[in-house]
This record gives sequence, structure tokens and C-alpha cells, in this order.
Amino acid sequence: MSDYTQMWSDLGLDLKGHDALLSILGGAYRDIFHSQKDRPEGMKYFDFVMSEVHGLRIKELMDAKAQGRKVIGSYCVFVPEELILAVEGVSVGLCAGAEFNFEAAETVLPRNLCPLIKSAFGFKQGRVCPYVEASDVVVGENTCDGKKKAYEVLAPMVKDLYVIDLPQMKSDAGKDLLRAEYRKFMKKLEDVSGRKITVAGLKSAIETTNAKRSAVKRLADLRKSDPAPISGLDALLVNQIFFYDDPVRFTVSVNALCDELEGRVRDGKGAFPKKTTRVLMSGCPMAVPNWKVPMIVETSGAVIVGEESCVGERGTQWLTEIKGDAVEELLEAITDRYFKIDCAVFTPNPSRLDHVKEMYKKYRARGVIHYSLQFCSPYTVESGPVEADLETSGIPVLRLETDYSQEDAGQIKTRVEAFLERIEAR
Amino acid sequence: MRAAGIDIGSRTVKLAVIDGGELALSRKALTLYDPFETARGLVDGVEYDVVTATGYGRHLVKDFLGCPAISEIKAFALGARAILPRCRVILDIGGQDTKAISLAETGELNKFEMNDKCAAGTGRFLEVMAAALGYTLDEFSAAALSAGRVEKINNMCTVFAESEVISLTARGAARHEVALGIHKAVASRSVALLMRVSPPQEVFFAGGAALNECMRELIGREFGAPVFVPADPQLVGAFGAALHAAKAGLGHVRDKVSGLRGGA
Repeated sequence: MSDYTQMWSDLGLDLKGHDALLSILGGAYRDIFHSQKDRPEGMKYFDFVMSEVHGLRIKELMDAKAQGRKVIGSYCVFVPEELILAVEGVSVGLCAGAEFNFEAAETVLPRNLCPLIKSAFGFKQGRVCPYVEASDVVVGENTCDGKKKAYEVLAPMVKDLYVIDLPQMKSDAGKDLLRAEYRKFMKKLEDVSGRKITVAGLKSAIETTNAKRSAVKRLADLRKSDPAPISGLDALLVNQIFFYDDPVRFTVSVNALCDELEGRVRDGKGAFPKKTTRVLMSGCPMAVPNWKVPMIVETSGAVIVGEESCVGERGTQWLTEIKGDAVEELLEAITDRYFKIDCAVFTPNPSRLDHVKEMYKKYRARGVIHYSLQFCSPYTVESGPVEADLETSGIPVLRLETDYSQEDAGQIKTRVEAFLERIEAR
Repeated sequence: MRAAGIDIGSRTVKLAVIDGGELALSRKALTLYDPFETARGLVDGVEYDVVTATGYGRHLVKDFLGCPAISEIKAFALGARAILPRCRVILDIGGQDTKAISLAETGELNKFEMNDKCAAGTGRFLEVMAAALGYTLDEFSAAALSAGRVEKINNMCTVFAESEVISLTARGAARHEVALGIHKAVASRSVALLMRVSPPQEVFFAGGAALNECMRELIGREFGAPVFVPADPQLVGAFGAALHAAKAGLGHVRDKVSGLRGGA
């Protein structure tokens, strides 16, 4: 690994805090990922990306910036990557998955707030996330109340905060709002980048993004097999890296991994033995390095075969249709695509439930673990009706509500084990 | 064959040994700061052929003994069904967890709910509150039962509730009425968990809090169903684990048991 100290220092990172973060992250990664048995060879690429997530990848961002490209950071799958790529921007997900520096976050935010938001502030205030420091624009979005209001607090802390408004209902008016917001965002991107979005540029951006989504869809599809050719942790990691990596290289690497997994499926090889209990995760996103619950599940004798989550199929299952020969028509296709995302901020949100059932069947899961981040009103409230409906349909559900701390790991393990005992006895 | 079950809870470690399906021996000890040592002391000199571990410390002794470990939920389900074969709903208020469990007619685990990660509404909460009011646990229940009216407790967080209790007594609230308020708060929370797993029907009440008469009465009243309390409600998990060991049969061999006695 090269010495990136100068680069980090130039970005204004707090080197001491950043070193501490990397050392914790590295240790956790080794304990959780390298201790797994029968990992695919293709995961080596993703191990490398993780080892260089604050190094080489940041260097690439800095090189892109030196060539006049803009880095656009965001926290949500409603921010359209196609538009960012169409102005030759670099789209990156920002750090929000670890309990880091919550003391500082709690000086400007209430304690009883979702850990994802607190984490974003902890990273920003501690100056340890090179992505946010390298971002020319940080894009917020009006999803839940927590994030919406937190962006007001974040605005003075970052160079340029831009907020996209979002509808809350899947109505015609809701779609009009989304389209108008994306049109405004397009203009914003053109202004910051000094580049005009063209039909050819946008088509190519859609192709790049679709290819990336198709690759992870292919990966998801391979997980239908028993034995599962890849662990849930490794598949989650790929879905997490989706937000950070160069899209073209990422696509190639995921497809290479899938080639290998196809071979495994043919040979009947898996990351876990055949007949290992299969569970589906559904709920809040798990941003890097939030691996707590998947690790508990997969060290309790089960394998995770799918993620109904923003870091998972909710974020990747739909492609953008390339239709029309005008930017406005392509924008319509982009709006169509993003309007399908069944985030719990929408009311009502029936397609999410349909999708959970569909995934349960498709991946031959035996139970669903509903994962909510503490104080996340949309998902914790929705978890009640989701659980009731699934149980009525004969699908066993375990509802978990947790944060980024490790203190409840023992209790979660007890629940997970009891849930597995329950579904294995069926 | 003598089968043992060891339940390493957050507050107490329980050991049950069964012989031919009958309870042959039981022991309890406070968990304190070293659950492993406590467990080791508890099995010292006890004869058994097979053993299963349960409770939050189950993995701690599992690795050492090479014995199976089952969740408390499964252990309670097994234990409760053996004691009361018609049992369909179980409430366990233990040291740090409260669990509501519903069983299928055939005894399989149907659904369970547990309290969130803090000690709110658990046995530990009752202990802390009794101490804050200067009662022993027996006095605490008796005082609550004697109260004609109730002081409502709003906070379920152990820390906040303690200061709420202090401010109530400082305002001159009657101690026994505050005691009833605390019992009611725990009962309501437990019944909310019960309602999530089952409509009202006879509930098998286990765990240390089942020793508390006021809790038994309030649970029955608020859930609107009869409450069954076994002879030793704290032992249900260990008993269930012993039943599991007996069923698993040769899952564990005798010589490893001496390892537990010998010292690590």
C-alpha cells in the first residue's frame, strides 16, 4: 500500500482520527471477511478495493478532479447516477455506516436519531471521510424527516450542499415533482461541471449505470442456488462497493466473479454446505462497515441469500430504459426508473411487500429478517404491517431493531438463533 | 441416563439434572462478574452423562464442554411443555431479557418477542426499583399489593425511572403506591409483548419475576387470562436444556465433563 499521508493531509483529514478509523476498520474486516470459509477467488478484487477504499480510490478521485471532473457525493439511491456520469462527474456514496465520533455528532443532533445520520455527521465533524472532503457537491434528498432536517445542519459544514426534493406518494403529482427535481438537478450538474448534457452523453451514462446494475443482478440471481455459491456477507460487500468504485471496472469485476460462481453452481460448490438454512434480509440499508447482523446470522448456521434493501435489490433491481432521441425523453425514462424505488418514505408502499415475497420465493429463503435502524420511523413503523402480512402468508419473520453499536450483539444472536430454531423445526 | 441443563443467565446461573424425565437435582448461583467460573462451580461434584447449555452465556461453556447450545427461547419452550403439556404461551421475565413465546398446538415454536436492548421492564429493572424504594424483593411485591391507588411511572428506562421514583417520593408520594406503579409499568410492557405473539390465553409465567406475587396478579389481569406459575419458575430454562440433552442423547461424552471441573 502506498503512502497517502500527503493526500489525506491535503484533503484536510484529521490524520490521527483517520488512522484510528482505518485500523479499526481493517481489524473488523479481517475478523469478519477473512475468517469465512470457501470464499470465491473473485472476492480478492473486492478485498483489494476495501483495503484501498481510503487510498487508491481517493487518489483516483483526486486525479479526476485534476482533469476538471467533479466529484458528487450522496447518501441515497434516489440520486440519479446517470445524470452525474452524463457530465463526466464521479458519483460516490458517502460514509455513514459506523459508530464513529458520535459524541461530536450529538453536539449538533439529538441523541435519539438514526445511526446512519449520526454517522455521516461523525465522519464529517471528525474529518475522517475522504469522500465527503473530496466532494465538490454533496447531494442531500428529502427522504425521511431525520435526513431532511439534518441536511439543514450539514449545509454550513460542506462546500456545496444541494438538496433534491422527493415525493411521498406514487401519484401523478408525485412523479411530476420527481421529474421536475431531476431536471433541476441536471441543470445544477451542468452548472458545476461546465458541461452540457447531450443525448449521446446521457445514453452512454445510462448504459454504464445499467451495466453495473445488470452485473449485480446477475450476482443476485446466482444466489438462488443451493448451496449458495457466495456468502451473504460477501454479496453485501459487493453491493456496498457498488457505491464507491469506478463503475466500469466494478462491472467487469462483478461479472468475473459471476463467471466463477457459475462454475461453482455447475459443480455444486458453495460458500456454505448444501441445505444450510437460507434467510432473506429486508429493511434499512447497511452502509460500509455495517456488517453486524449479517455476521451474526452467518456465524449462527444460516446463509443470507438476498437483501431487500437500498444496499441491495431496492437500489439495483430496475434498469433505466434507453428510449427516445432527446434529453427530455431520456430524463423521462430516468424518472420512470427511480419512481419505482419502493422506499418506506412512500405511503402507501405495497410494492415493497410484493418484492419481499417475490424474493423470498425466488431465492428459496425459509425466513425473513426485517432489519430496522433504531429511530428510523419509516422502516420501524412499516415493519409491523410487513411482519403481519408475511406471517399471514406463512413466511416466518424476525424483526430486529438495532444501531451501529456492538453492545446488543449477544441479544441479537439469541434472537437469530431462536429464529433459526423456529424455521428449522418447520 | 442423567441429563443436565445449564442456563447461564445475566443474573443467575441455573443447573438442572434429570433422570428418567424427573428432576433429580437443581442448583442456582448468582452470575456475578465471571459467568464461566460460576458455571464451573455450579456443576462441581454433580453427576451427569449429557449436558446442553442455554442462556446468554451458552456459547461460553459450549465451546469448553463441546456440548450443544440452544437458545433460551427453545429451552423455555421445551421446559414449559414438559411441565404443562397444554401450554401455548410463555412469558419469561429474566434478568436482562423479557421474552414472550407462543407455541403451536404440537409444541413447536410459533413466534417470539423480546424487549429491546436495555434492561427496561426486566427483572433487573424491578430489582433496581425495589432498592431505590428501600424494599427487599419480597417487601416490594407485598407493598405494591397493599396499595389502594397507583402512582403512574412514565419512564421505562431503568436510569430515568429511578430518578422519577426519587422525585415522586421527594414530592411525598406514598412508597407502596409508587411500588405498584413500577409493577404496573413492567406488567404493561410484558403484556404488550404477549399480545404480539398471541391473543389472551393461559400464560406459563417463568423467570425470577414470576416469584413476585404482584407481577403474577397484574399479568393475569392485564392479559385477561389465567397465569400458571411452575414450582420453580427460575429453573424452566435449565430444565428445558436438560430435556434437550436427554433427547440429543449421546451428543456429549462423559470425559469432557470432568474437564469443566478440572479447571481451564
